[in-house]
Amino acid sequence: MYRYDEIDRSIVSERVEEFREQVSARLSGALTEDQFKPLRLMNGVYLQLHAYMLRVAIPYGTLDARQMRVLAHIARHYDKDYGHFTTRQNIQYNWPALVDIPEILEQLADVEMHAIQTSGNCIRNTTTDPFAGAALDEVEDPRPWCELIRQWSTFHPEFTFLPRKFKIAVTGSDADRAAIGVHDIGLKLVRNDAGETGFEVHAGGGQGRTPRVAVKLRDFLPKGELLAYLTAIMRVYNLAGQRDNIYKARIKILVETMGAEAFTQDVEAMYRQIRGRDLAVPAEEAARLAAFFPEPSPSTLPEGVSDAPGYARWRAINVKPHKVPGRAIVVISLKPRAGAPGDATADQMDAVASLAERYGDGEIRVTKEQNLVIPHAIAAHLPAIHEGLREAGLATANAGLASDIVTCPGLDYCNLANARSIPVAQALSAALFDRGLDEDTQDLTIKISGCINACGHHHIANIGLLGVDKKGEEVYQLTLGGVADNGAAIGKILGPGLTPDEAVEAVAACVGVFRRKRKDGETFTHTLARIGFEPFKEAVYGQ
Amino acid sequence: MRAITANRLTDGHVVYRRADGIWKPSLIEAERFADDRAAEPALDAALRDILTVVGPYLIELDGERPGGRKHVREAIRLKGPTTGTSLLYAQER
Repeated sequence: MYRYDEIDRSIVSERVEEFREQVSARLSGALTEDQFKPLRLMNGVYLQLHAYMLRVAIPYGTLDARQMRVLAHIARHYDKDYGHFTTRQNIQYNWPALVDIPEILEQLADVEMHAIQTSGNCIRNTTTDPFAGAALDEVEDPRPWCELIRQWSTFHPEFTFLPRKFKIAVTGSDADRAAIGVHDIGLKLVRNDAGETGFEVHAGGGQGRTPRVAVKLRDFLPKGELLAYLTAIMRVYNLAGQRDNIYKARIKILVETMGAEAFTQDVEAMYRQIRGRDLAVPAEEAARLAAFFPEPSPSTLPEGVSDAPGYARWRAINVKPHKVPGRAIVVISLKPRAGAPGDATADQMDAVASLAERYGDGEIRVTKEQNLVIPHAIAAHLPAIHEGLREAGLATANAGLASDIVTCPGLDYCNLANARSIPVAQALSAALFDRGLDEDTQDLTIKISGCINACGHHHIANIGLLGVDKKGEEVYQLTLGGVADNGAAIGKILGPGLTPDEAVEAVAACVGVFRRKRKDGETFTHTLARIGFEPFKEAVYGQ
Repeated sequence: MRAITANRLTDGHVVYRRADGIWKPSLIEAERFADDRAAEPALDAALRDILTVVGPYLIELDGERPGGRKHVREAIRLKGPTTGTSLLYAQER
């Protein structure tokens, strides 16, 4: 786990006290809403449809049992007994009162957490592979580098007022469970011919109104050069990025406008200019950060066995291989039948904390698929973990299946949304479960966004739904062919918009076509490439 | 018809403005206006009420319920999230 030093502790505590004064000034009228709004946003406080929303940063999706218990406490005492885990590996509370938020932030600070830079045109929380440090296919653990980026980007004075928000993702595996292709900067740890590890650097990806897949700037960047190269990218973007049009302000538009080659040349020129100064990462600092994330010890105990109902299926679907003998990665689905994707109650958060503590070195991850992970579970205790999850209502065996649906909060909560997404996901989940359509759909992705900002990641879903407003009614565009991981791709619209009920049936029909038409071992992308859009169109529109 | 809505400053909850300038969670109690122009003086007063509410604005009404192009959004603001309820919520209202 990351550890706060004195600087971290003091800047976070000072920020809590500063925000307490700002809230007090707003309540007394010393600050108008126009003056207060940018200040609250800098502390992760939004005003949504029904209430304030507090977005808490979970650094690269990593937290420990103690922190999870505080998240549960906040849900229980300041919210409506639940929290919502997001596609950005953070947690959002939908109902906190403004007057309580300084106290909430103080409690978060006590366990080395905060809501800083979860809004605004700054570098947001870095995201990474939720299996980092555990994955079999990992070249190197990305978390020390995420921690370096966290320290470098927190309150970075040069990058606090960028043209737009900025998101960095890091993967240490070829499988790319961090979706680096659709981030402003995507970093992939690779090994060169000399056996050294470094970064493959991508930039200019993103979703939203203008989805783009990032371009590769570099095949190999020595690790010690990371901050110099990131600074070069940020500096080129900060200087040349468009600031007069919010829809053209992301780095993806700059890269497209300049052209990948010209953008890369500018970044390389800037990098040559600034490298080797105080931006070089000393080997001893890299080693110090790496020591925060020790590899778990092997377990010599044999893997546990159980004939409990549902165990075999859960073991096959939700448990992934670990690189350390005797350990396993447990994915905890937050997608029960007809549930609200990503929601967890306070009791469920406490249950996960206890299970992680007893059976998994106390470590927990949040995934961009809105699930939780116990990354270092002791395989001997898998039956006990399953039993604990079952008691907490968290043993749904569908990690990575079609019913593992991703959604944004949508029009039920979000001020920006045009259409609801959670109820559509709930109806679809019920349809998939009840009709047996979930079987054998490993790695089929379904994602739903309630507006073009694409927080539900519909662009990179095999089957995506985008909610739009059409003359006051909710209409959903269906897209096919998006890919989040290696070979990232943006889905294409299948046909005319659909009502909410039609959208549910349309997605179920597409799942049915895939299950009937695919050949052994094919992913959805393979099947779509082989058979084309027509069979899906026919199933949805009857053409 | 029109009514004035906002979010309460202290907790962000949805409120509607009564004829006496008091903000309440109930739409039924809200002051009605024939059109945007008729609502202007009350909306100006609401915009000055910065110690009580955030972002007052006019909504359209269809009888006793939210109407117009934003009817789904305003129905959700009035009744709360529809998560777990029927997809036909908007049509049922």
